[in-house]
This record gives sequence, C-alpha cells and structure tokens, in this order.
Amino acid sequence: MTIRTEEFLLNLGPQHPSTHGVFRILLTLDGETVVKAKPIPGYLHRGIEKLAESRTYTQVIPYTDRLDYLAGMLMNWGYVHAVEKLMNIEVPERAEYIRVIVGELARIASHLVATGAYAGDVGGLTGFIYTFRDREDIMDLFEMICGARLTPSYMRIGGVADDIPEGFIEKCYQFLDYFPSAIEEYNGLITGNEIFQARTKNVAILSAEDAIRMSLSGPVLRASGVNYDLRKVRPYSVYDRFEFEVPLGTKGDCFDRYYVRILEMEQSVKIIRQALDQLPEGPIRGKVPKVIKPAAGEAYAEIESSKGIMGVYVVSDGSTKPYRVHFRRPSFVNLGYLDEMLRGWKIADVIAILGSIDIVLGEVDA
Amino acid sequence: MSPKPLEEIIEELKSKHQYLTVSETGIMTVPLDKLVGFMQELRDNYHFNYLTNVTAADYLDYFEVIYNVSIVEHPHMLHIKARVERDNPVVPSMVPLWGGAIWQEREVYDLMGIKFESHPDLRRILLDDDWEGHPLRKDYQWEGGREE
Repeated sequence: MTIRTEEFLLNLGPQHPSTHGVFRILLTLDGETVVKAKPIPGYLHRGIEKLAESRTYTQVIPYTDRLDYLAGMLMNWGYVHAVEKLMNIEVPERAEYIRVIVGELARIASHLVATGAYAGDVGGLTGFIYTFRDREDIMDLFEMICGARLTPSYMRIGGVADDIPEGFIEKCYQFLDYFPSAIEEYNGLITGNEIFQARTKNVAILSAEDAIRMSLSGPVLRASGVNYDLRKVRPYSVYDRFEFEVPLGTKGDCFDRYYVRILEMEQSVKIIRQALDQLPEGPIRGKVPKVIKPAAGEAYAEIESSKGIMGVYVVSDGSTKPYRVHFRRPSFVNLGYLDEMLRGWKIADVIAILGSIDIVLGEVDA
Repeated sequence: MSPKPLEEIIEELKSKHQYLTVSETGIMTVPLDKLVGFMQELRDNYHFNYLTNVTAADYLDYFEVIYNVSIVEHPHMLHIKARVERDNPVVPSMVPLWGGAIWQEREVYDLMGIKFESHPDLRRILLDDDWEGHPLRKDYQWEGGREE
C-alpha cells in the first residue's frame, strides 16, 4: 500500500541560518519531497544602483563593499575596473599587484565562509569555528592595510587608497606559510568526513550544459567541469603573469561545488605568493583627475569574484555622477536556477543544495 | 573549435545586416524588431552560448536594453543594445535562447518597468508585489528621497 499525502507549502526563511542572510524559499512539498520551489529574495534590497546615481564616482566605492560583504575587496575591484575602462585610465603596476594580493586574500576569506558555513549547513558546526579562526588572519591583514575588516573601500579609480604598510608583507607570508596546514585540517575535518560526503555526493548534479544555459558562474559553474575563469580566459589586471590552475569538478554535485572552493584557496595562496615575490616599486595611483568626470559614454567590465562573474555596467553623461550603474551580481544570477535545482530532492537536501551555491544576500538583493 | 577573431565576427555581422550600427568601442545597436533573430544568430551560428548580463538604462525619451553575450571558455564578449519606446516598453524575452536571462529580466522589469514578452515568470523580484512604480526610472519620485 502506498501512502499519499497532500501537497503542502513550507516557508524556509526569511531568517533561517542556512539562507545565509534574509532569503525566503516557498517550498511546495509532497511529504518530504520538493515538488517546486519559489525563491523570494528582496529582503535586503537597498537600491544601491539608484543610490549610485546621486553620488560621485568615488562615493560609489563604499556601496560596492556592501554588495558581497564577505569579499568587499573584489566588489570594489569590479566597480573601479569598469570606471577605469570607461575613462581609459592606466593603473600603475604596483597598484595592480596590490589589488591581486588583497583580491585573492578576499577570495580565500570568502571561500572560508562558504566552506565553514557549508559544513554547518549539513550538520557539522565545528567546521564553521575552524574556518572563522583562519579568516580572522585575513581580516587582520585588511585592517592593517585600510583600517576596515569587512567593508574595506580600499580600491580607488586608478589604483588603491594607500600603499602597503610596514610589516604587512611579512605577516602575509606568515599566513601563506601557515594556511596550507589549515586546508589540510579542513580536509580531515570536513572533506573526508563520511557523513559530509553522504550528504553532498551525488546530490543535485548539475550538467555543464545546464550550467552554461543558465549563465551560472564561479565555482558553481566550474564544479560542473566548465573551464571558465576570467582570470585565465580574459586576463585582466596582471593575472597573466602568475602561474596557477583552474580547479574543475568532474560530477557537478554538491560535493564538487564545495571541493572546488577548497582547491581554489590553494591556488589563491600560490597567486598571492607570486605577487608578493614580484611586487614592483612605484606609484600606487595612476594619473587621475581630482574630480572624476568621464566623457559621455558607457562601458561594461567584468572580474572573477569569489562567487562568479561580477560585471559592472556604467553610463556617463559627462557629469561628476554616474548616469546609470548596473551590477551584474554572480549570486543573483546563480540563484535563478534554484527552483529547477531543488525539484525532486528531499527537504534536508534543500539546505545542502542552497549552501553549495554559496550566495550572499547583500549581493543577491543589491 | 575556436571561433573567429572578434573583429572579423563584427565585420561579418555588419555586412550581413544593414540595420546594425557599431560604435568605436564595439557596442552594437540593433533595432528592436530584429533583436530576437539577431541574438538567435549569435547563439546558433557564432557560438555565443553564454548570456552574461542583461540590464537597461532610462534616457527619459526612450529606454535602452543592454545585453552582454559571451562564449564559454573563450575571451569573446559582445555588447548589444536595443532602443525601446518609453510609452510601450515591451521587448522580447531572451529566456528561450538563454535561461540565464530569467532572473535578470525579472530584475529589469521590477526596477525599470520594461516588460519581457514570453518570459515564463515575469513578476517583481526585489520589491513587494504591490510596490508602485519602477525606482530605476529617472522620473521616479518618492517621499523622503534625497536625490539632488
């Protein structure tokens, strides 16, 4: 005899620890199985694109921190990169190297939250404590370089705000020497854990075709075996000078999406070490007018953020304020696939699947 | 298979389609009624399999929808624009071509008020369902706003 239950609705969130911010999913369930899902973002929408229209080009920078607040440096970078493209500004080499260093540190910091929070999502809260222990070191480095930990606003149009302070390079090397042992620890604690593997392997397998069709990007896309990383494919800044690999998944399941991030952290360590070794002397800010007033025109530029392709579209009408700014946020686009991804899985898997996308709601809502 | 150089693709498209205008920086403008055919051609004949970005801008007399399409694992990216009437802001949806448009078009609809024809699920996404107006329009007025 089979038991039939009536479908019912379940609200997951808006404030659920696993939604990584304020995010609601309206699940239609048949027993414990998801029939369909209706993701409802918007609880953190602050209208940053509208706000940007009434601020000067420089004043927009602090708003970008508040998009992906787990990798504020990378968000800064995406925006200044677009304005530099709009104005044809050349950035001095030293500034580019510093950008790579802090950008990759931010990538590690962001992946650490993803890793730790993901362990927590599938039931192993200890992982959370470990990754936050190591994230602290990066936050200290950021505090040294710009005084802020979470919202750096460190990049400037044409360069960076300040030169590297005394002692930063040594501390950074210390972190690089230490960090691989921390990754080993995560591998022992999380990656190799049987329960963790049982919860994530073969769950929500995402084919390369679907990932491309749905414009997914970042680790979510690469976990499905698609070799698309802007740092390699369309190198910006000085990325073409460093040796590193783009880790790819083989299956495209939740485990791959998690593990690609672990491997990416190892690659970031490699990049930062090379950047520190090669760090040139010189100015940290290019020739930029005091008042930023781009000629009328438009530009669209992209960088590879920790969560995927961060694109910024800027339109100038020739005044000191941007006429239009649009942020193409990777978490936002990645979430567009959530409904299809969740269908047919059990309610316990919902958390594992959502966590594997690694969203941050500041960025989803903008 | 490796696609042709970007300049070659743009030249080829220009000679094939008289309606196409290309700026110095490579931004292409396509008339709205030709947009779907043009995009389909990009996807099917030129392998632009990845829709990176969809957005819009308000120029008070008209809107512009902006698309950036790319090729996965390849550096090519195109910047395509189409002008939309402000009184009747309806554009064809790109969801049938690239699923990645699904949330991005909803966002444009929500904040700019442009309707995407044949979008499977065109609802507001960031604002409440009963929100009035579209905040990213230049003439949007709100109480307590500190614009200017």
